[in-house]
Amino acid sequence: MNPRRAFAIVLRIIYLMRGSFTRIFPLFAWAAIDIILWGFITRYLDTVQSSFNFVSTMLGAVLLWDFFTRAMFGISTSFFEDVWSRNFLNIFATPLRISEYLGGLVLASMMTSIVGLAVMLALATFVFGLWIFSYGILVVIIVLGLFLFGIAFGIFAIGIVLRLGPAAEWFIWPMPAVLAPVAAVFYPVAVLPVWLQPVARVLPASYLFEALRAVVHGQSVPDGSILIGCVLAAVYVVLASYFFRRMYLHAVRTGLVASYSAETVS
Amino acid sequence: MGSLTEMSRPLDVQNLRKVYGQTVAVDRISFHVNPNEIVGLLGPNGAGKTTTINMVLGVLEATEGTISINGIDVARNRSRALEHTNFAAVYAPLPGNLTVVQNLRVFGLLYDVPNVSQRIDQMIETFDLERFRDTKCGVLSSGEQTRTSLAKALLNEPALLLLDEPTASLDPSAARYIRETIVEYVAKASVGVLWTSHNMYEVTDVCHRVLFLSKGKILLEGDPKKLPEAHGKSSLEELFVTVAREPLALEAPAA
Repeated sequence: MNPRRAFAIVLRIIYLMRGSFTRIFPLFAWAAIDIILWGFITRYLDTVQSSFNFVSTMLGAVLLWDFFTRAMFGISTSFFEDVWSRNFLNIFATPLRISEYLGGLVLASMMTSIVGLAVMLALATFVFGLWIFSYGILVVIIVLGLFLFGIAFGIFAIGIVLRLGPAAEWFIWPMPAVLAPVAAVFYPVAVLPVWLQPVARVLPASYLFEALRAVVHGQSVPDGSILIGCVLAAVYVVLASYFFRRMYLHAVRTGLVASYSAETVS
Repeated sequence: MGSLTEMSRPLDVQNLRKVYGQTVAVDRISFHVNPNEIVGLLGPNGAGKTTTINMVLGVLEATEGTISINGIDVARNRSRALEHTNFAAVYAPLPGNLTVVQNLRVFGLLYDVPNVSQRIDQMIETFDLERFRDTKCGVLSSGEQTRTSLAKALLNEPALLLLDEPTASLDPSAARYIRETIVEYVAKASVGVLWTSHNMYEVTDVCHRVLFLSKGKILLEGDPKKLPEAHGKSSLEELFVTVAREPLALEAPAA
């Protein structure tokens, strides 16, 4: 792996961000709106029901779920920059390896999702009095696990777009919303119907959010849940990278890389 | 050109074939490009030129055959092989949302060019791009975009340069400037060039050797200045028209 090539992918995103307010704004705007909306909702709920701390439980979940979404979109948006500017031929005719390309996308996602996280943390802390990291090191590990899961999901998503064509972009944006009901973000897995619980159990997010709720409520974290969540997320990064590589090889075999546009991909 | 071995040639293609379903796009072609040689890859639309170039660039997998760049097999060592090549094509402009210097820096890193800033400055000077250094590529004229693509294509001092219709859509003056710059570069650097063009005057002017492709096969090969006469034609353009319309008439090699 050549780090200069991975850095080239990051540098391209830095150049695009540097000169474009319309690219920087979405990094934090929608997440900030979510924090403000849910901040006020949970503050109101705390006034009508004092036995449950809605701000720390629900707002903390919103914050971390939005962070997961930022990590995923960090990958997919950087990929889409190459789709939108029809840059595939230029990029993939260089000595760039798939591992270097994905490595660059991960670094770019890290950079952009940290911006979103910083704004969300600032709003949650200064407006709603929630400093999520006050709950200790376990929250930091949960954040890292969710970042890994976001990366895995982002790589899987761009593999789908590479296979189905640019029009498949519209499958990607709603993906986190589709995943949220079974990811145990706002409620425990036990709340789900029995037939849906196995789906939740294969998602790293369900373990990590159950652990988050336990930490916030001062309860003992379910045995190994954070470890399972993080290991599962790391496994998904590997599987998603393999999936993307297979999709890339398919695109090279069929000629899609050379002529990638909505018109040429069925 | 001398008798170079496969190992030292910028490009060596053997029995290359590409099949899409029932369609044979490229049909077992073999050819090579020597250092300091400009080889024209000619043929009508759909003859297989761009398919061949895409396979050489590693963005399209060959069904059969081998491609070696500087003796390195593209199928086995894609990344290493592509370190020795670069390309410019009219249908692959650099991203319009980055400036000239930003694009050159990104691609300089992708090709792992040593002393990349210095090399960028050299290329900007060679292609007279100083005025457009900080201009976004999307607002450049066709000629300026072509010069920027060529600056990118020479950044890594490739052993093999692939140029797919580099002067298409340029005015005669800009096209001549591009031709002269490339010919001058090839004379100085140890680079082989595979050049496609539909402008037969340009091909006659710059190419040392041409390959005529028709329906995925190499129909003719030779010196562009001598080939028309050898086939009873007055010009390369006339020969091209015959290849496009009556390829069967040329399939028997000329005496």
